[in-house]
Amino acid sequence: MTIATDPPKESFRLSMLINDTRYRSYTFQAIALLALIVFFSILGNNLAQNLAAAGLNISYEFLGDPAGYDINQQPIPYDSQSTHMRASIVGALNTLIVAFLACVTATIFGVIAGVLRLSNNWIISKLMSIYVEIFRNIPVLIWLIIIFTITANVFAPIAEFRLPRDGSDPERTLIFGMMAFTNQGVFIPKLTLGDSGAFVIYAFLASILGVFGYRGYARKKLFDEGKTIPVLLPSLAILIVPAVLMYFALGRPLGVDLPEMGRFRFEGGLQLRTSFIALWFALSIYTGAFIAENVRAGILAVSKGQSEAAAALGLRSGRIMNLVILPQALRVIIPPLISQYLNITKNSSLAIAVGYMDLTGTLGGITLNQTGRAIESVLLLMLFYLTFSLTISALMNVYNNSIKLKER
Amino acid sequence: MKKSVFLGALTVAGLSAGVAAAGTLDDVKARDMLNCGVTTGVPGFAEPDANGVWQGFDVAVCRAVAAAVLGDSTKVQFVPTTGKTRFTALASGEIDMLARNTTWTFSRDVDLKFEFVGINYYDGQGFMVPSALGVSSAKDLDGATVCIQTGTTTELNLADFFRANNISYEPVPIETGAEAVQQYLAGACDVYTTDASALAAQRANFEAPADHVLLPEIVSKEPLGPLVRHGDHEWGDVVRWTLNALITAEELGVTSVNAEELAGGTDNPEVNRLLGTEGTLGEMLGLDAEWAKRAVMTGGNYGEIFSTNIGEETPIGLARGLNAQWTEGGLLYSPPFR
Repeated sequence: MTIATDPPKESFRLSMLINDTRYRSYTFQAIALLALIVFFSILGNNLAQNLAAAGLNISYEFLGDPAGYDINQQPIPYDSQSTHMRASIVGALNTLIVAFLACVTATIFGVIAGVLRLSNNWIISKLMSIYVEIFRNIPVLIWLIIIFTITANVFAPIAEFRLPRDGSDPERTLIFGMMAFTNQGVFIPKLTLGDSGAFVIYAFLASILGVFGYRGYARKKLFDEGKTIPVLLPSLAILIVPAVLMYFALGRPLGVDLPEMGRFRFEGGLQLRTSFIALWFALSIYTGAFIAENVRAGILAVSKGQSEAAAALGLRSGRIMNLVILPQALRVIIPPLISQYLNITKNSSLAIAVGYMDLTGTLGGITLNQTGRAIESVLLLMLFYLTFSLTISALMNVYNNSIKLKER
Repeated sequence: MKKSVFLGALTVAGLSAGVAAAGTLDDVKARDMLNCGVTTGVPGFAEPDANGVWQGFDVAVCRAVAAAVLGDSTKVQFVPTTGKTRFTALASGEIDMLARNTTWTFSRDVDLKFEFVGINYYDGQGFMVPSALGVSSAKDLDGATVCIQTGTTTELNLADFFRANNISYEPVPIETGAEAVQQYLAGACDVYTTDASALAAQRANFEAPADHVLLPEIVSKEPLGPLVRHGDHEWGDVVRWTLNALITAEELGVTSVNAEELAGGTDNPEVNRLLGTEGTLGEMLGLDAEWAKRAVMTGGNYGEIFSTNIGEETPIGLARGLNAQWTEGGLLYSPPFR
């Protein structure tokens, strides 16, 4: 019979912090943490002292004062008497508008270019390689300026649309009576809502949900009962009919506001400014090149056996891509795609280079300048961008979880 | 994550909030170099010439201060600043003084903690339009697209002017004057607005200056002058009285040509005090007796600086107007050297 005894308890000695591998890593981490804390408290203290020496204080009261400057693109009503806070929000909305649109178009460019780069057609795949390599390897700021200069010079000067003062006809008129491409931007018709116009929009949005519902029903019917029911025509009907009925039932509350030449430029309609177009396009095409590479990597990550098996079943190559390859590739594509979306949002702060009034242009530019509150404005700016980025990250993670490989 | 970002901000702020205000004069002497903030390039006011040497009306003020303090007008390090970076550069101590057609306003003086030492150019905001547009008054500009430099007082004046006249406009914000001119010439905006002096200066560089007109309205007061950090009064005095010396020199008829001769002694006691042959004004400033003589001999007196850089004989062709001496109906009036 053996008697189990505990090993003799080793007493803790100070030298073990260095010599014992069990404790060594903790020691160094603690030292590093301490050094970091000391470093930042010196910086913070330095800041506080310098601010005090210069007689300055940190205060956000300026956000309530009238901004005093005008902004050209206003998603919400704003004039020069609105507060700096409102100017910041207008800027933030402009950032979100261009970031959202650029994310959508960059994804479209990227998926098309990524798929085509793997095409068997030599010319198409080489053209896509050239696109990716050129756009990926030149800074986005330079693309932004190039595209802005091109748009400002390729489109006709707005002066040619003006009514000459001698009463003759202008050199150029609206295309189809509703659009104009000028060097001050593109003017297009604007949808106007009457009193009850919003209901038509709601009906249309509800119809979109209805279409998804119907398609789900058709699929269920196919899987459960093996019956196919027509999808395309009923979908179209669900999409259009309720909105049209609502439109006439409410007395045609929607209208179209056409651009019309004023003394200097088009009045009415919607103006897509050159700066907005340039920023949107530059961000899309630049980030699209990165997304193309993500897509290509994702597709190549799907085993070749998958496409061969699908081909053996007799699927056409388009359906192989849509039904077999892309769904599997998405779980590889989505995580790097999230960081591309974040890049678009952050790169949109280059807007001031072409005079687009985004958040950096209003809060980080004019407001900072006119109030001289640099530290406050920059901190607030960081908070805005951090919020945007984390929100996009969170949303995309939800989507990623929904499509990633489900392990059962 | 939030914490590290906040601390990062503190780092930036801590590094940029910069040095305490006192002792700039000693710093400049010890460094043997004056750091002077100027524009990134406005013809006539501050622009490097073909040899890369900075020339211009604002540059001359920097050179005069360097001559007065260091005895050598070439000991200036010119730091180009934009409308957005100029105040940070000055507040952080990166530059010792800012001579960059900057408008003296209450909030810049009081709230931003700067000290404007005087006015070297009385300006006002004007509008330039292509003559083909057929506009004769700024009040006819309802609906026009206006190019404007961001981060300047002109931006606020513009908003005020159009609001006061109840007309609308489309602002196109642009970072620097050069880009604004490019946009304006490309027709991306119908109107370019900034200080009238800068408009005249930019127009002089156009291919066809005659195709563009300056509208008669001057919509604001823009007193432009050099500024220093608040709180360092010794240094503020040096810059202020160097500027005053240039103005007084013109009033008393002291020029770069005759300063040496007049320094031998004259019957006019104020000239003698200015040139250091009488009294101890230089010593009171912490400089030597000949500081003002050197300042004047650098680029001449105020009138000489004006006519070589922006006067009617230059391509910029500005008239003295408000910037004439008070004895000739202008606003230039230096306190006496006594």
